[in-house]
Amino acid sequence: MSQLLTYVLLGLPYGCIYALIALGLVLTYKSSRVFNLAFGAQAYVSAVVFYVAVRSGHWPIWAAGLVSIVVVGPLLGLLLDRLLFRHIRVAATVVKLGAAIGLLLGIPEITQVIVGTQPQDNPPSLFLPPSWVFKLAGTRVNGTEVSTVLAAAIVVVGLWVLFRFSTLGLEMRAVSESPRMVELVGVNSGEVSSVAWMLSSLLAGLAGVLLAPLFATLDSYNFTLLLIAAIAAAALGGLASFPWTVLGAVAIGVAQEVMTGYLPLNSVLASGLRPALPFVVLILALLFHPGLRSSQDEGDPLASCDPPPLRAVPVKAHREHLIDLSLPSLFTPLVVALAIGSCLTWVPQIWVGVITVGLTYATILLSLTVLTGMGGQISLCQATFAGIGAFAAGQLATHLGLGFIEGLAIGAVLAGVLGLLLALPALRLGGLALALGTLAFALLADNLLFPLSWVGNGQSGVYVPRPQIGPISFAGTRSFFLLVLAVLVICGVAIALLRKGTTGRFLAAMGGSEVAAGAIGINVHWAKMTAFVVSAVIAGIGGAMYGSYQGAVGADNFNTLISLLYLVLVVTFGVKTVAGAVNAGLAYAVLDHLLASAPSRFGGLAALLFGMGAVAFALHPQGLADLFTARWKDQLDRLRHPWHGRETVEVS
Amino acid sequence: MIDVGASRLSEVEKASSHGSAALCFSNVSASYGPYRALFSVSFSVPAGSVVALLGANGAGKSTVARVATGLVPVTGGHVFFHGTDITGWSAWRIARLGLVHAPEGRSVFATLTVEENLELDFVKSAGRHRADQAVERAYGFFPRLKERRRQLAGTLSGGEQRMLSLARVLSVPPKMLIVDELTFGLSPGIAAEVFSSLRALKDQGCTLLVVEQHVHQALAIAERAVVLAHGSIAYEGPISEMGDLAERLLGGKTAS
Repeated sequence: MSQLLTYVLLGLPYGCIYALIALGLVLTYKSSRVFNLAFGAQAYVSAVVFYVAVRSGHWPIWAAGLVSIVVVGPLLGLLLDRLLFRHIRVAATVVKLGAAIGLLLGIPEITQVIVGTQPQDNPPSLFLPPSWVFKLAGTRVNGTEVSTVLAAAIVVVGLWVLFRFSTLGLEMRAVSESPRMVELVGVNSGEVSSVAWMLSSLLAGLAGVLLAPLFATLDSYNFTLLLIAAIAAAALGGLASFPWTVLGAVAIGVAQEVMTGYLPLNSVLASGLRPALPFVVLILALLFHPGLRSSQDEGDPLASCDPPPLRAVPVKAHREHLIDLSLPSLFTPLVVALAIGSCLTWVPQIWVGVITVGLTYATILLSLTVLTGMGGQISLCQATFAGIGAFAAGQLATHLGLGFIEGLAIGAVLAGVLGLLLALPALRLGGLALALGTLAFALLADNLLFPLSWVGNGQSGVYVPRPQIGPISFAGTRSFFLLVLAVLVICGVAIALLRKGTTGRFLAAMGGSEVAAGAIGINVHWAKMTAFVVSAVIAGIGGAMYGSYQGAVGADNFNTLISLLYLVLVVTFGVKTVAGAVNAGLAYAVLDHLLASAPSRFGGLAALLFGMGAVAFALHPQGLADLFTARWKDQLDRLRHPWHGRETVEVS
Repeated sequence: MIDVGASRLSEVEKASSHGSAALCFSNVSASYGPYRALFSVSFSVPAGSVVALLGANGAGKSTVARVATGLVPVTGGHVFFHGTDITGWSAWRIARLGLVHAPEGRSVFATLTVEENLELDFVKSAGRHRADQAVERAYGFFPRLKERRRQLAGTLSGGEQRMLSLARVLSVPPKMLIVDELTFGLSPGIAAEVFSSLRALKDQGCTLLVVEQHVHQALAIAERAVVLAHGSIAYEGPISEMGDLAERLLGGKTAS
């Protein structure tokens, strides 16, 4: 009994931190309808500022705490709200998520560019030091743990009072329903939602600073993982209820410690299941919490005041010719042919390699073109599918002596089966819930599946051979480039055909509205499963090609952050078109290679740039590349057809 | 379409400068993104009067209401409220001037209780203590709301939700009220109750702009009418001079 109590006491501080982050998440979600995945990154920023102020600046603890939590935290929240999130309140879910993920990847990189990459060991504590220890019911409790629990308790009570009794709390609740209707009673809703953002960011800062001493080193990935535990707690509260969120957070924190205590040491269960518990809770909550599945959004009755969303491509003023032999339309194919020819002849091997990697990325990204671009389903676990393909090809070659091509085929089928398995629960989910569910799935795979020696073999990785088809070997850089290109073209053409055919129309209808698609007789479940399976197969193929290029791949090549990066990449360059995926893959590979030789603090700049790209995309949802293409085409059209004025639409 | 000539324009300017008009639109255009909804609309609502805003579906009635209260931005022209140029003001500033808009459809906060809805309405204008008195007065008009004070407003029936919207304006009458399809979807009995509430407001000197599908009832309470067709003014003037325009509207045809 006393042993159980010990574990409960040990888990309580973690639970309280989860609660702080989860409360902040729910607060911003309610006030601005944005699920702020960058929340962990915000906590990380405050923790770093606190660390630098205390350890490098030798500030007194109270001053450092004040600046990092009360100044930097809310300021960051205010900036995010004013510059980004308030402008995308009514945007599509993929846009909002893309922006938040862009920040999740970008903010830690900016922080590293500013403060450098030297490890921040042994973070200081805010209130009581960990050396201060006393005994509570036979358990040693240190100062950090006590101050964490106390701070969380104060915050929870404060928030409860604010929302229950104050005018500001009432206004925040009203803004969460309809900012416009709040304006109609004379309340400045922009100000109210800014306050909500500052308040929630203050919580993020507090959580970050409180949390830091619980780790040996500050690492943004730890903060992001905590965010997932907090998301699980928020999901238990239906993304709406504060009390249930707090209870859920504490329960998850305590359950983790209790599990650690009672599970056998050094078993896979203990090492894998403890960190994975929040992800399991998140998946279960998403599947069985009625308020999350059906949109609990009451809907803004004044939503029709917003202008309709912009079209990705302007309405065509004239019909396109079936075969266009004019010079401008031959421009792109000529450039592509020239580039391929160059890669096969004079381009240095190292750059051919970079382009090859870019093409394998492009193949993986095509899986998102099918799933998100065509079907409107958001997945944050594409790297998991890619990993399955790569690991299968590698393991089959190593242990069974199968050729690469056979391994690739089996890997693609396995990824497809996994996609089908994931699609079954996904049938119940949509929009944000689906995105969070796939995120939890990817993290689950990171923790439980990929470390296994017969799957990803953890950090040591898996050897993946270069392909050999009959007598032809593709071991050389240029010949392998050609094979990767061929695979990409096959996948791209398959997607183009799929889009043109009945299935593509079904997917497009589902992407527009699942209810409307169902109403005209489309089997939405079947369409969703098709999208998931096709997408998983393509990701598996792309992953195997990537693995084969690298020679050896491990769990780190396909972890959740990579999945997030994929979504950001493809969202930035256009999720609807094959060209968008190809451009995104190539651009990332080239940028990554160019930055590899830069000083280490700029190492993550590629992720930063694409993160910012996703943010820019959120503000201009046509997609940057698609937008430029559309403009370019528009200019060409005007040159070629000067008599076609641009039509302006006038509707009374 | 009746010509909106220079003569009316000068009349509009005169009205706004003399301050006898509560609300005055002067060549107002508005659009939703690339879609234009209002084309240089000019009309005025004399202070203390009741004006019916009529027109077919999609003629721009709701857009006029939304532009007046700052929910939809003006892309051309000017809007005056009691002589103040409120063009480009945000909605909350206009609301604090005393121009209240009861929007189309659900116009209560579904996730707040009845009492919280009323509090939210009064706190900014009256302060916390006076707000409590205003809430009590609101319950006086519709005792049924008091029975349901702890209930979430989203669980009220359509009629009760309209009572809640009306209770707030009856309790603290604004300078001017714009009601958009307030009786839409209500039973005839409750619709009659809503109209008698509007009459009570009128008797207290509140200026009213009424957007209505029930043309007969709207015309019975109003002195003047503004008719919109395809985003432009088709008629503005006393109801007695409308002629058969009202009949044509009832017949479902637009005046053009």
